[in-house]
Amino acid sequence: MATTAQFRTCPDTGFRIHLAADKLIKWNAVTAVVFLLVGGLFGLLVALTRWPAVHLLPADLFYLALTAHGLDVLLVWIIFFEIAVLYFACSILLNSRLAAPKVAWLAYWLMLVGAVMTNIAVLRGDSSVMFTSYVPMQAAPDFYLGIILFAVGALFACFVFFGTLVIAKQEKTYEGSVPLVTFGALTAAIIAVFTIAAGAIILVPTLFWSLGYISNIDTLMYKVVWWGMGHSSQQINVAAHIAVWYALAAILFGAKPLSEKVSRGAFLLYILFLQLASAHHLLVEPGLAAEYKIFNTSYALYLAVLASMIHGLTVPGSIEAAQRKKGLTKGLYEWLRKAPWSNPSFSGLALSIIMFGFLGGISGVMMGTEQLNLITHNTTYVPGHFHATVVTGTTLAFMALAYWLVPVLWQRELVLPGLAKWQPYLFGIGMGLVSLFLMGAGTLGVPRRHWDMAFSDAAITHDFPAAAFLMMGLNGVAALIATLGGVIFILNMVGTILWGKKKEAAPAPQAAPEPQPAAAAGAYGGAGTMAVPGTFVLALVFLAAFVLYYFVNWKYLASVWGLS
Amino acid sequence: MSIFPPQKRIWWNEPVEKSEIIWIVIALVWALIMFFMMPYWHLTGDQNLSTEAYRIKPDVFAARTEAFAEKFKVGEEGETGIPVVRPPAGGDVYMLARLWEWWPVLELKKGESYRLHLSSLDWQHGFSLLPENINIQVHPDYEMVLTITPNSSGEFGVVCNEFCGIGHHTMVGKIYVKE
Repeated sequence: MATTAQFRTCPDTGFRIHLAADKLIKWNAVTAVVFLLVGGLFGLLVALTRWPAVHLLPADLFYLALTAHGLDVLLVWIIFFEIAVLYFACSILLNSRLAAPKVAWLAYWLMLVGAVMTNIAVLRGDSSVMFTSYVPMQAAPDFYLGIILFAVGALFACFVFFGTLVIAKQEKTYEGSVPLVTFGALTAAIIAVFTIAAGAIILVPTLFWSLGYISNIDTLMYKVVWWGMGHSSQQINVAAHIAVWYALAAILFGAKPLSEKVSRGAFLLYILFLQLASAHHLLVEPGLAAEYKIFNTSYALYLAVLASMIHGLTVPGSIEAAQRKKGLTKGLYEWLRKAPWSNPSFSGLALSIIMFGFLGGISGVMMGTEQLNLITHNTTYVPGHFHATVVTGTTLAFMALAYWLVPVLWQRELVLPGLAKWQPYLFGIGMGLVSLFLMGAGTLGVPRRHWDMAFSDAAITHDFPAAAFLMMGLNGVAALIATLGGVIFILNMVGTILWGKKKEAAPAPQAAPEPQPAAAAGAYGGAGTMAVPGTFVLALVFLAAFVLYYFVNWKYLASVWGLS
Repeated sequence: MSIFPPQKRIWWNEPVEKSEIIWIVIALVWALIMFFMMPYWHLTGDQNLSTEAYRIKPDVFAARTEAFAEKFKVGEEGETGIPVVRPPAGGDVYMLARLWEWWPVLELKKGESYRLHLSSLDWQHGFSLLPENINIQVHPDYEMVLTITPNSSGEFGVVCNEFCGIGHHTMVGKIYVKE
């Protein structure tokens, strides 16, 4: 097999690229982007409906659009792109052929058929059950079947990834240990297997229930197991986008991890603890023991949060070390000031790190605290939080990677380089504001997944303060800005693939300078390692914000009605 | 570089840079503080969610709630026909959730404690007490019992914040708290 595999050598990076892997990465990435477009537009409709002055859609279409939005962006866009990242990390980075390309194509088609099937069920209008499909609310059988097919496809793709690691090792396509980025991708794939297992355990019986073969699904048990899939799948995203952070730092700056041991140890903590936390979604359910909730929601002593805080230091730290090695040593932040802020791969990376930490990370830990969840559960604070993690964190990181990967894989130049410079700022800051306004409205109690906060046709009503209406309006404005950014991204990607100018034979890529291992920071560890004072100060600022915000919310909790 | 195998094959014996070690220690201490805040609040805080819950059939819960409402009814909420119920302080209080109402309307006394029983007759609902912003999930077949102590008076909305179908946005209840 190995001798028959076809390779080409990438003129930009020197990697040997297995042609079958090349094609699979391209198809998975393109499919991902198409679903990002579809799901993103549903998201815009949702935001425009929740903008009280606009109130675009009628109630039934609003709930339909919201179900489709969650499904297409949270599940389909992200997982298709992650499969592309997995194949990239195991075959291109290891100079290896991809194991079993036919299985990989089967995986692709299963995922595509599943995604389309579930979309049809939702668009038909009889399955507006939201992404979470809590029983006893029932969707049509093909809604569940589509998700199951999609998940089985993703599982096959993970097996192709594991198989490729094995044959790369056997065929000695690399020396020593796998690269850190591949290790991070491995973390994501391991979590994915657990995630898909949990999904199968709950969705297969739910499918039979919707077909009438099972009479009853316990509502509480459904949530416990469903969130074993629902929450863990967000942890796949975290592991994958942090692997992408490390990859971008290496591609853009020749950065190497400050310490392989620490960064890999942090990924190991993810494998051990990050997938615990399904109880984040069960903190105000009836009858669950406080001990279980505390242990589970904190990932056992917050060890996964510890891991994220480590990555939060080491990714920018590795960039700082590389920049200082190149002579940008003035003061604390010359390395940061003189970073390529007009390169969308860098600005996307920087915004992704900052907003994932400050907006997504801090809010997630706060509302995942057992008692503090009482004052946030099911308000718009929740979508505010996860738009910071999944959109400004994961999606922005993937966009940043795509600005480098698409021109390299297709050997074409970006069609709209001028707009690309602005795109991460429009999309990132727009979505960052969406997060902030949703969280702000949530602290005033505005419910998520709700068509009419004015309660205009309700028998009994509740008056939200004017500030709550204002924030939902501003959320709509911010969503428009982000949509503009999203459209520019998609135009750039699709345009580049279809009409981009073919690269010259020996290009000097602007966006992605050829990483020179020799020119990067020398030996790491001990005296040879650069100190990273700038990053360390930024980390302390983050910690101060975290501590302050955390205790402000305890203070707020202490003021509400007594509960025991 | 992170996209290539580690430069040194024996990477796990490399010493770790000082700022990393300091940060790991700081982050670990903070993680432990956050962890122990939760049991600490169970010991000292006034806002902890009850874990008392029972399995119950929807018709049984409906019957109990109706008996409760009939016994302590003091009026009706506007034109809605929904009873306003004033239970004695310290007693058991029932509120049921169904498509698409919270029933009945309650009238409580500030500073007194009540054992509130919550359950759903059909789908899942979200009990969101506003503007306090206390949010509790309500399941069918499970009866949750929690002790509430209003510390402020006035008119409070109970908004459903778990999606429950096409009439979800009309599902609002009321609790009055008198001085």
